[in-house]
Amino acid sequence: MSNISKDDVKNIAKLSRLKLSDEEVTKYQAELEAILHYVEKLQSADTSGLEPTYQVTGLVNVLRADEEIDYGTSKKELLKNAPSQENGHFKVKRMVG
Amino acid sequence: MSHKSLISSHEWDAIEKIVSDVNSGKITAIELVEKSLKLIEDSKEYNAIISVTEERAKKRAEEVDAKIKSGMNAGKLAGVPFIAKDNFLAFGGETTAASNILRGFEAPYQATAIEKLEAEGAILVAKANLDAFAHGGSTENSDFGTTLNPVDSTRVAGGSSGGSVASVTLGLAPFSLGTDTGGSVREPASFCGVVGYKPTYGLVSRYGVVAMASSTDVIGPIANTVEDVAYVLDVLAGRDSKDSTTIDRELSYVLSGSLQNTAHIAHRVGVVKEFLGDGVDKEVREVVQDAADQLKKSGVEIVEVSIPSIDLALACYYIIVPAEVSSNLSRYDGQRYGFSKPDAVELEDSYNESRAIGFNPENKRRIMIGTYVLSSGYYDAYYKKAALLRTKLINEVNKAFEKVDFLVGPVAPTIAPKVGENASDPLKMYLLDIMTVPVNLCGVPAISVPCGSAKGMPVGLQIIAPMRKDKELLEFAKYYEGVRK
Repeated sequence: MSNISKDDVKNIAKLSRLKLSDEEVTKYQAELEAILHYVEKLQSADTSGLEPTYQVTGLVNVLRADEEIDYGTSKKELLKNAPSQENGHFKVKRMVG
Repeated sequence: MSHKSLISSHEWDAIEKIVSDVNSGKITAIELVEKSLKLIEDSKEYNAIISVTEERAKKRAEEVDAKIKSGMNAGKLAGVPFIAKDNFLAFGGETTAASNILRGFEAPYQATAIEKLEAEGAILVAKANLDAFAHGGSTENSDFGTTLNPVDSTRVAGGSSGGSVASVTLGLAPFSLGTDTGGSVREPASFCGVVGYKPTYGLVSRYGVVAMASSTDVIGPIANTVEDVAYVLDVLAGRDSKDSTTIDRELSYVLSGSLQNTAHIAHRVGVVKEFLGDGVDKEVREVVQDAADQLKKSGVEIVEVSIPSIDLALACYYIIVPAEVSSNLSRYDGQRYGFSKPDAVELEDSYNESRAIGFNPENKRRIMIGTYVLSSGYYDAYYKKAALLRTKLINEVNKAFEKVDFLVGPVAPTIAPKVGENASDPLKMYLLDIMTVPVNLCGVPAISVPCGSAKGMPVGLQIIAPMRKDKELLEFAKYYEGVRK
């Protein structure tokens, strides 16, 4: 199962929104294969009858009062790191060609 | 021989003593801050620091001094300079997480941890180096260069909180903050000979800290003594409405003043068998075995315990954590903040190219592994299987704690590696985490306390406690410090 093809790497990179060069595809093919091969040793463990753990302290649906909270920051502050902005909004690249 | 004698670093008084001197006017906050800034300036060759927050620090120091002059209470950490890993959002400079993708980022708000420390009069003087996004165990994955080990500068300081830990070893400030997702506070603390604390999951708010793996990330204080670490934890701990994973705290974590009350100390400690196997260097094993023997001589009962699933914990960790990393790092998309490729035309290209340039190879590896193990068709075999194994591990650890009060073992299988030693093999680097990651998967608290040296390099003793037994763990760690002396 841990045989990763170049097409697999390209597909993972696409899902990850990472543009890779051909050289990188070759490099990551070997590295990802080695890592996945290592983690595959989990398959041998008997986990029958167990429930998965996603949260360790047992907290579930922590709620707060339904009221406005002042986070002490402004729209201007939140926009100050934007690569591009217009009229108080983030300006993103075009989505349709 | 204490580790401090191995290097020529500045030694600070105990934090409580500093605070008392500031309050009594014996020393001023501005003097402390200027001293810290000077020490940072003089230690540049170690590359422990990414940026200083000089202007804001001096201004805050003057505010603290003015408060004290007018007879007001300036807080439990009045005037104490500190250094935070550069993945804590803080005012006064940039917050980069040591990644090119965040170069130039100015935090619009501060982490709760920073706010809490500032509210008690502590003063942030600098931001420390780390592996970019905390991905690594040596700071060699930093986009700002490697932090060198102050004890031997041909070796790494460890990581990912390498800069925070080296700062304390170098004496740049009395304490620092790190984050520990899989050992990132404890491992460098072991390599550099200081005390590093990993609290129970949820004890310290992570609001405003750059997220790595949300089901294991914790914030931990680093200092020269257990007492100092406990004193800082006392300010940090507790619930925060801005972090819904936070849990209730004890009334106090402060240890000072309490005499060594051995009647209160653990009676039974388990040496984890799987931690002392062939994978651990002989010298490290011997130092840790000596520590266990010293505890035994002092009257603590030592028993061997086995946690068989520990052998699989690293594989479990390197599925769960990359999965969470791939999710948490999806926000760096070049649109709202961070690096954005200027000439990208389409949105999709902007994502793909900004991330390709902004992230480093280790970030990309983890994102891709995470994406793979969560992808359709592989989810059950990898991610779900790891979540099941996590339950198995937790059950075994809980069972061990039915028989013993604490577990002990090494922190890392080796002393600090040479710079570049593991650089070409990512998997070899991951193996350094083998004894720290089980703690994060379980969420339990653990500490690294200096316990000796091997080949002239510090070695830490890892002490692990059951969930929420942070106070007991700190008391026992302090007891061990006393035994060691």
